[in-house]
Amino acid sequence: MRTSPSLLSLTIDSALLNLSNIADLSPLPDHIVLDLFLLPARTRYFLSSRHSTFESQLPLSFLPDVLRNSEIVLISETCTSLDYRVAISCFSEALYFGIELLFVFGKMSLAIRDDEIDIIIGAIRSDLTSFMNEWRPMFSRFHLIIVKDPDLKEELKIPEGFNLDVYEKSDIDRVVGSSTSVLFSGYACRYFGYLVSRKKYIISVDDDCLPARDPKGFVVDAVAQHITNLTTPATPFFFNTLYDPFTEGADFVRGYPFSLRSGVKCALSCGLWLNMADHDAPTQALKARQRNSRYVDAVMTVPAGSLVPISGINIAFDREVVGPALVPALKLAGEGKFRWETMEDIWSGLCVKVVCDHLGLGVKTGLPYVWRTDRGDPIASLKKEWEGVKLMEEVVPFFQSVRLPREATTVEDCVVEVAKAAKERLGSTDPVFARAAKAMLDWVNLWKSVGSISSSPAV
Amino acid sequence: MATVSPTPLLKDELDIVIPTIRNLDFLEMWRPFFQPYHLIIVQDGDPSKTIKVPEGFDYELYNRNDINRVLGPKASCISFKDSACRCFGYMVSKKKYIYTIDDDCFVAKDPSGKDINALEQHIKNLLCPSTPFFFNTLYDPYRDGADFVRGYPFSLREGVPTAVSHGLWLNIPDYDAPTQLVKPLERNTRYVDAIMTIPKGTLFPMCGMNLAFNRELIGPAMYFGLMGDGQPIGRYDDMWAGWCTKVICDHLGLGVKTGLPYIWHSKASNPFVNLKKEYKGIYWQEELIPFFQSVTLPKDCTTVQKCYIEISKQVKAKLGKVDDYFNKLADAMVTWIDAWDELNPSPSGIKSAELPNGATK
Repeated sequence: MRTSPSLLSLTIDSALLNLSNIADLSPLPDHIVLDLFLLPARTRYFLSSRHSTFESQLPLSFLPDVLRNSEIVLISETCTSLDYRVAISCFSEALYFGIELLFVFGKMSLAIRDDEIDIIIGAIRSDLTSFMNEWRPMFSRFHLIIVKDPDLKEELKIPEGFNLDVYEKSDIDRVVGSSTSVLFSGYACRYFGYLVSRKKYIISVDDDCLPARDPKGFVVDAVAQHITNLTTPATPFFFNTLYDPFTEGADFVRGYPFSLRSGVKCALSCGLWLNMADHDAPTQALKARQRNSRYVDAVMTVPAGSLVPISGINIAFDREVVGPALVPALKLAGEGKFRWETMEDIWSGLCVKVVCDHLGLGVKTGLPYVWRTDRGDPIASLKKEWEGVKLMEEVVPFFQSVRLPREATTVEDCVVEVAKAAKERLGSTDPVFARAAKAMLDWVNLWKSVGSISSSPAV
Repeated sequence: MATVSPTPLLKDELDIVIPTIRNLDFLEMWRPFFQPYHLIIVQDGDPSKTIKVPEGFDYELYNRNDINRVLGPKASCISFKDSACRCFGYMVSKKKYIYTIDDDCFVAKDPSGKDINALEQHIKNLLCPSTPFFFNTLYDPYRDGADFVRGYPFSLREGVPTAVSHGLWLNIPDYDAPTQLVKPLERNTRYVDAIMTIPKGTLFPMCGMNLAFNRELIGPAMYFGLMGDGQPIGRYDDMWAGWCTKVICDHLGLGVKTGLPYIWHSKASNPFVNLKKEYKGIYWQEELIPFFQSVTLPKDCTTVQKCYIEISKQVKAKLGKVDDYFNKLADAMVTWIDAWDELNPSPSGIKSAELPNGATK
């Protein structure tokens, strides 16, 4: 039950919205500043200060510095003025004992503009009408790149009302040359989109996936969740038992070292799937009726040094940071048009993880979910192609043993090193690996000529 | 729908260890789940106080006098005025599995409103394998309705034995003092329906509030350190045990799981008191984490005890200079192992946790 707002409260409300633009709060009286921070916030801001030895008991002295570094301020919705004073006097007590505390109020994703995002869809099937219409509420704000599988003969059917660019075989041949265009057949066609995109964040889902619903029945905005994952830090160096500490209602647990709480940049976000989970053909064939109905409400960072099969069905990544590391490299001899008949994304994901571990970047897994429709027959796929399953016995130990040299400081260098190691150690095991190694080198070259931000788009 | 075989009760193979200083009223709520089991109650604080145990439970109770009587001079390794004393219960137990819980932890409800049988879930976790060598994005692959994902090598799908099951808490989350002070009203309301293996080589903060482990596989590593009265630090007992345990599990090829089950943590301790106990730990953990991350154990450490003694040597060598406390702790670690072996003599020739292939890092 609210009384009508006073001039002061309206001013404070609008100040809250513009807090990050206010460099110097020191002219404000203390009680106004405290009010500013203790209002139940309709909008929320976040404050993170690193290793600050607090020289004063009041927040005024450090806030201007913090704001100048473009950190954003958080007020916990439940923080009363008494608690805030208690928190501050805790610092003076801590100071008395001579400790430096990394004190983190909270963390939130930065506001991302729509024009920083590309949604890239590899069209393995020609009729995208229902797919696009189902995703319309989530996709229509953004620019889309649709890349048609060069092997697909039929015309693409795409509904109206989207801001998109479509690339077909002829475009791919023109941009990369027909000898290299073989990199982009099948599911790997989407990598062409990654190459020509000029946006920072890329989100990609398979064309047989639809928006999922959470346990409360609400439609999951997979785009928003991926962006949140990518724009909040990852924490690969120590496992947080309450999972993502940057999500609302969670934090770092007792025992988590303070020096590791600022985290690292998240380069890739791997989402999950309800209904048809991403199992391999033998598993799905064995459990023909199994469908994934478990909605696990968590995002977590995959720890550094730990490898993970990153499915390409529902991913997002920071193209600026890690683009060249997603490699369209491993093409199975019998590669087909169902995920059971491919391993290209798994190889690509292992490469990304190794590179991220080396460069101190993070990879997250968990939310968002998409709903993956029933398609295909695992037994038919199994009969046709299970080379991929066998190859993993070589692939995983290989990636587990890759050590990148200290001199590899860019993503491109790292990918080249992985390619060299693959050629050396796996090349003789199976020709598919020698081809993969070569494809990785071709990809890096392509990235340098076509893919880099500075060069003008080739289309 | 395939029928799922019921989880064995293991009532003769599992002890529940509860440290307490107050009372055990909380057991009433747990009665439907705990009554079949034997309880080991470790009474901390004033031994002349009588702790009332609710009727109908089968238990043994140890106060400080009992601890001194049982261990003699070795009792110096057991903390006083800190729930770390609970590890005495692990030592005197004769069972294969231990479940330990704090006396302010109650039965939680899952999202459907059903009471969670935490003990049953821990038993499930301990009885089925872990997968520390490759991360499964669908979490526990052995769970109903889940499995390994595409790309997971078949050779790794058998998993390894699970040594530890680390449960979580709804309501009052396990935050440190500074976080408690900033977010005193934050409650954990998120039920994350997953169990997962913590990958090999990754450390984590192990909370002792809702913890189960295979005593035969990893018991001697569950020493909760020197905390409380007369010690410069508190609230790092379970952390210390967790880091030692994880390093040893990684070395011996055992698994550590975290996630379900949830219990309901009802009581928030005083954040100022906590800050006083923790502040050295907050400092020291910056040294401790790199230490544990870089510990390597030689190939001939094939038992938990050998691994633990080796860690104690490295603690003395590398952490002694951080603070003299670590010299005392290293000695206490050795005392603990001596006491453990004395109370748990192994049948001739077979050490309880000897594994044929002591895998090295």
